[in-house]
Amino acid sequence: MRKFWCLFFMVWPILAIWLCWISPSYNWWFPGDALWKLGEQIDDLFYLLLIVVTVVFIGTQLALGYVLWKGSEAKTGHAWFSHGSHNLEVIWTILPAIILLFISLYQMDVLARIRLKQEFPEQVANDPVAEVSARQFEWRIRYPAPGKKLRALPQPDDLYTVNDLHIPVGKPVMIRLRSEDVQHSFGLPHLRLMQDAVPGLVIPVWFQSNKVGKYEIVCKELCGWGHYKMQGELTVELEEDYNAYLQELQEKMNDDGYSGDPAETVALSNED
Amino acid sequence: MSIATPETAGAHSHEHDPHGGHHDIGFIRKYVFSTDHKIIGIQFLITTLLMLMVGGALALGVRWQLAFPWQAMPFVGHLHVFQGQGGIISPEFYTMLFTMHATVMIFLVIIPILAGAFGNFLIPLQIGADDMAFPTLNMLSYWFMWPAIACFGISFFIGGITAGPAAGWTSYPVLAALATAAPGSGPAQTFWLLAVTFIGVSSMMGSVNYMTTIINMRAPGMTLFRMPMTIWGMFITAILQAFALPVLTAAGFMVLLDRIGGTCFFIPAGLVVNNADPTIGGGQPLLWQHLFWFYSHPAVYIMLLPAMGMVSDILCTFARKPLFGYKPMVYSMSAIAGLGFIVWGHHMFTSGMNPALGMTFMVSTMMIALPSAVKTFNWIGTLWGGNLQFTTPMLNAIAFVSMFIVGGLSGIFMAAVPVDLYIHDTYFIVAHFHYVLFGATLFGVFGAIHFWFPKMFGRMMNDTVGKWHFFLTFIGFNGTFFTMHLLGVAGMPRRLADPYNYPYLEHLLPMNQFMTYSAILMGFAQFLLLGNFFFSMFWGPKCGRNPWHANGLEWDAPSPPPHGNFETVPVVYRGPYEYSSPESDKDYLPQTEYIAPHPSPA
Repeated sequence: MRKFWCLFFMVWPILAIWLCWISPSYNWWFPGDALWKLGEQIDDLFYLLLIVVTVVFIGTQLALGYVLWKGSEAKTGHAWFSHGSHNLEVIWTILPAIILLFISLYQMDVLARIRLKQEFPEQVANDPVAEVSARQFEWRIRYPAPGKKLRALPQPDDLYTVNDLHIPVGKPVMIRLRSEDVQHSFGLPHLRLMQDAVPGLVIPVWFQSNKVGKYEIVCKELCGWGHYKMQGELTVELEEDYNAYLQELQEKMNDDGYSGDPAETVALSNED
Repeated sequence: MSIATPETAGAHSHEHDPHGGHHDIGFIRKYVFSTDHKIIGIQFLITTLLMLMVGGALALGVRWQLAFPWQAMPFVGHLHVFQGQGGIISPEFYTMLFTMHATVMIFLVIIPILAGAFGNFLIPLQIGADDMAFPTLNMLSYWFMWPAIACFGISFFIGGITAGPAAGWTSYPVLAALATAAPGSGPAQTFWLLAVTFIGVSSMMGSVNYMTTIINMRAPGMTLFRMPMTIWGMFITAILQAFALPVLTAAGFMVLLDRIGGTCFFIPAGLVVNNADPTIGGGQPLLWQHLFWFYSHPAVYIMLLPAMGMVSDILCTFARKPLFGYKPMVYSMSAIAGLGFIVWGHHMFTSGMNPALGMTFMVSTMMIALPSAVKTFNWIGTLWGGNLQFTTPMLNAIAFVSMFIVGGLSGIFMAAVPVDLYIHDTYFIVAHFHYVLFGATLFGVFGAIHFWFPKMFGRMMNDTVGKWHFFLTFIGFNGTFFTMHLLGVAGMPRRLADPYNYPYLEHLLPMNQFMTYSAILMGFAQFLLLGNFFFSMFWGPKCGRNPWHANGLEWDAPSPPPHGNFETVPVVYRGPYEYSSPESDKDYLPQTEYIAPHPSPA
């Protein structure tokens, strides 16, 4: 029975590693490749940590399995009477300290490039493409009229959509993120990015997608009973499609639903 | 250091009455409103074990929805209260379920089972005192838990079953501050805040008592560096509570004022919540996050350090070996506590606080992994070269080490801010803190229950049932929680009533079903623990003072110890981990055993 428990504690780490190993083939892994360079760098940092952590995991679990196995053998006489080892303590303090310090410093660059305002790409630093306002339970999006710049205060010719954010492909964009009621979080899993939308704050968020397509916008901060359905869509499209989209949106918004010759129009009541 | 005397301890004199006990105190004073630390500890233990089942049932509700979304709940779905929602878990009920699961588990299970149950039971026994420094305060600390339980209970029902507190256990304003923000943000949230305040008062009473007792009432010879690690864990935890908890209590009152007093600490101006009138004010929601996590990060260590201490005791006892690196263990525990106060910002990496602040919090958070690593290496060192005895407490303690490795390592991913930008608020986090709070702490607690049960009741628990409980819990636990890492990497956010709304998460349903089956297995395994516990309490085989041949002072007292604990004031000659010492023929050497100095051969 003693050996059984040793094996028990050794088998589960093997199962855990096996599960992680096969999971990408079952799609239990990142939802596709990251869509931009910084997202790829986040993935690289993840894999770097994964390697470090796996080595430590295997090492410690092996050590644990080894001491359990040795300790479970029937022995005559006393256990090893030892109060520890100063040298070992020094080694296993300094070595992890160096690794941990290296990891944290190594992460700084990507963080700075995503988050620090002064590191934002020049062309987007002061030029948001849209304002995204989170509210229970939808994303309201305000674009400036084509050819104009987005102002902090809503303008009469601004364009509005709900849950439908369009951006041009292959170039950095910046949005103004705010909340109209409670706290939400603007999550773009395919870009490996999230930013909370905090009531009372306007937070600039920049990102870029190098691949056209439609991707989910996820609310990642609990915002009430309907949190689960606060789903938006990010459409990444070619520059000309993007411009056409805004143009179309403007026409739709300027349309009073009253096209055609007024003289020939018949008002319809609900009864018809 | 003063010696515990009947006068200082507020207990009666027991020297001419070894069995102790006022013969005239009735049942009520002896077992209900008792001032005896052992009874209070056992009261805490039984209460928290029952609350563990409540919290577990809430968790199974969450698991049901994630595996079988929008399907009628088994058993309880037919109850009248659920008819309004068609027997299924409605989204507002789901948000309430995970909110109250976390609340119950944190405030009514883990914190009180460590500090309340084991802190109370073990501190006087392990330092050789006859009771706590303030026995009446001690009694109050238990009885202040009941208003908290009552308030949590009321909060379930006051607004109807679908309008319980549902802002998460973190209760971020504005969601938790404005009644219009959610069905559960009405009176239920007010009662939730009151309950948290009550439980805080209870913890604070305990904390003051533990610090005073440990500082002032140690037996002669019990120097600080002869204290068992359990006592170190409890001592540092008490200090953490004393310094961190007032911040949460104050912040709780600020939200309460925002809710009912018309203030606006956390509510900015101009919010239109659920079509109500725009808010007025100039508050800052991020302030709550800072205040809340300033308490709640140290609280993570409040929920861990005592278990680390107890596991150290158990590992030494059943490895028949001294603790590897006693002082490094004490120092690393202190380092965890100290660093624990400057890492709270890592809960806020995506919150919109200054990114430069995020960088400093990243470094301090990485550094807190260091003392945890040192402790893990020392536990493995403790087992190294031992004569291991695979008893139930030992198995649970080994599981603690094995699971803590996972919980510690997964923490590094979140500490790295860029990676956190992706995995924040996903199931990766849920996996991480369950590996720490369940995998580590709760396995440590299960070990401690089996280990100290003989001292509590003078009877042994059944070892075979204990091992089955461990075996099934361990398998169910890993089946439920290891897979959560993969859900997190796949980007599945937490707290979604129906994650399959998102096309990129649809394929995760079968895995969630597997996890739910594992969780059900784990849940039912706990009945083995409860059955074993209550059966053995009355019918377990009787044991002597020291069934495990352990060294601590508590094993010097009768089982169960009478009111006043020790027949004579114990005198301590050495540290608590002198197992397999060459000075003794036995493989253990109790702290109280005197060995006459003999001339050295030279």
